[in-house]
Amino acid sequence: MKKNQTIPEKIWQFFCSVRLAVYTLVIIAATSIIGTVILQNGTQQQYINLYGEAVSNLIKVFNFDDMYHAWWFLFLIVILCINLIVCSIERLSITWKIIFPKQVKFNPERFRKLKNLEIFTVNKETEAIFGNYESFLSKTVGKVLKKQTESGTVMYAEKGRWTRIGVYVIHSSIILLIIGALIGAIFGFKASLQLDEGAISDVAFLHNKSVPVNIGFSIKCNDFDVKFYDTGAPEEYRSTLAIIENGKESFIEDIRVNHPLRYKGINIFQSSYGTARPDSVIFDIITQPDKGVISKTIKIGQEIQLPEDQGLFKLEGFLPHFDFRGNNLGEAFVGRITQKDGKSFQIALPVKYPTFDKMRKGVFAFVVKDFEKKYYTGLQITKDPGVWYVYSGFILMIIGCWITFFMSHQSYFIEIKKDKDNNSNISISGTTNRNSQGLKLKIKKMIIKLKDI
Amino acid sequence: MDSSLALSLTTFIYALASVFYIGSFTFKKQILAKTGFIVLVTGFVLNTVGIILRWIESYQMGYGHAPFANMYESLVFFSWTVAILYIFVELKYKESIIGAFASPLVFLAIAYASLSPDINSKITPLIPALKSNWLIAHVITCFLGYAGFALAFGFSIIYFVKPKNPDNTSIFSKLPSEDLIDELTYQMVVFGFLFLTIGIITGAVWANSAWGKYWSWDPKETWSLITWFVYAIFMHLRMMKGWHGRNLAWVSIIGFIAVMFTYFGVNYLLSGLHSYG
Repeated sequence: MKKNQTIPEKIWQFFCSVRLAVYTLVIIAATSIIGTVILQNGTQQQYINLYGEAVSNLIKVFNFDDMYHAWWFLFLIVILCINLIVCSIERLSITWKIIFPKQVKFNPERFRKLKNLEIFTVNKETEAIFGNYESFLSKTVGKVLKKQTESGTVMYAEKGRWTRIGVYVIHSSIILLIIGALIGAIFGFKASLQLDEGAISDVAFLHNKSVPVNIGFSIKCNDFDVKFYDTGAPEEYRSTLAIIENGKESFIEDIRVNHPLRYKGINIFQSSYGTARPDSVIFDIITQPDKGVISKTIKIGQEIQLPEDQGLFKLEGFLPHFDFRGNNLGEAFVGRITQKDGKSFQIALPVKYPTFDKMRKGVFAFVVKDFEKKYYTGLQITKDPGVWYVYSGFILMIIGCWITFFMSHQSYFIEIKKDKDNNSNISISGTTNRNSQGLKLKIKKMIIKLKDI
Repeated sequence: MDSSLALSLTTFIYALASVFYIGSFTFKKQILAKTGFIVLVTGFVLNTVGIILRWIESYQMGYGHAPFANMYESLVFFSWTVAILYIFVELKYKESIIGAFASPLVFLAIAYASLSPDINSKITPLIPALKSNWLIAHVITCFLGYAGFALAFGFSIIYFVKPKNPDNTSIFSKLPSEDLIDELTYQMVVFGFLFLTIGIITGAVWANSAWGKYWSWDPKETWSLITWFVYAIFMHLRMMKGWHGRNLAWVSIIGFIAVMFTYFGVNYLLSGLHSYG
């Protein structure tokens, strides 16, 4: 290494080493494991329950709870990017002259010494075969260069010089991916929205925060439908959405999983569903000793008089998941009974267990008879203006991999000498920048053809 | 014949092929390897038939989907991809002894699918998230990638089996030269890397059309990226740092461990969006 380097030169040297690239890749790969093992984006309580107080503090300090957006992880990615750019510039400045030479030259001496050199004799005069060999080489490889030497005639042809650019195509595709991801992170959003059937909204909510984002138009859920297979597994979720702009309905479209709606840069995806709060319920109110039954339709929030002036009942609400002593009993209604002596208590009425309230052994038992089932649809709403950069990066990466791995810069050399019996003594060899085994096979195949000419 | 009979027979025939190949290696009899190849090709044909039958059966049951929907089907397809890639390699390089290191992988994958009690071989309907044209492209490219890495792993093992200078009487004398193993391992890694790249990309494009995000750091995604990084390191060490032989073979083995974790570990040990195979 040179002495007396200036500081910028030292920094440049540091970033243009392949060793740095390998170490950074190893560290990124190894640390990426953390985020697949530790719960991501959980609540404080979840971490304490899972890992205990001490470890959960440690997790917070190192941002292991949102590892892939942690400062140190982003820092590693920045290092990798700088490394990749500097390395590519440094190497490209050297290989540029090789990829785009002013004039293609070749050195016969070098080819004579190659390991894959093969020598054979043809019972023809050198003059007779020279033209044929030249046209063979120009047809199968490319433009032929010729030279007269003291011992005979040499010719050279090459192809695929440009394929040396392949690796730089891969590297630039990675930069394009990262630019696309950055654009998405800065100018895009990922939000979710729960819409009851019939409800309408022009905002969605960012994940993990309840920050509202403006969608730019209104979405109305006209209908939600879920279909099941005979096995009970879900077959299809479908939401019928209406897009409303300036108070007017623009169009109606169905969305399903894998079939989102894209409109004005906003993508709307079907992601989940659930039971929405029904408007009203029909209850059977059973008077316990004499089993007298009264049916009543009660709206949520409504308060009714209990039979025989025994007090009041208020239907307070609806729970999608009712937890009873650690068991999830599913959907349930919650109500409050206020007895005439002034005592007031809450009761839960799970839909799946209609006689649940009888266990309470109260004066009245409430049985859920029927209610109009309503769904809500869970929508994912995203905007990502960077996605086209990412997609171009994808295409470029596949092209780059193809060029780098399956194409190569090959050159072939043939020397024709006259031996003392007027036969032709032929040497053939070649070079390639990759897959020398493949080149060896190619030369062998070439010899079979050349012997036939 | 139904698909489950065809695939059971396939398992048996692949076992037989492995026995022939390993026998050829141990007893230094070329004829056993030649027989092994014919048996392997037979197994491969039956494997293909089994997959096609299963596809047809799923239509008859009214589900109608490509047989790539669960762990059982993916393992059967994994065997198929490793088998076809190996058959291609043997035909191209005219080297049959290496079958002793490839055919057991073909057999183990399908045997695990057929024999493990945890793996359900029933044809199940497709969940909504998998109903997409991307399913076929994504699964085929990913598994071609896995197959390339599996063979690279098998060939890397040869480095550790083969002594430095085996004498002519030893069973290792017939193993291919270090140059050829190096070449084979590299070609397989290159093949795997290209298809893993396309597999991750098709997965990302699919995720973007199903969930609205091309990348969400789901464990399956992250592990496939880790695998991609390991093989990217392999490439750079070989091409830029001139690594060869055993050192590089270790990287290929670590890479295959990452592949296995991406394939099985993520499903059994971690939770995420990608729990179907």
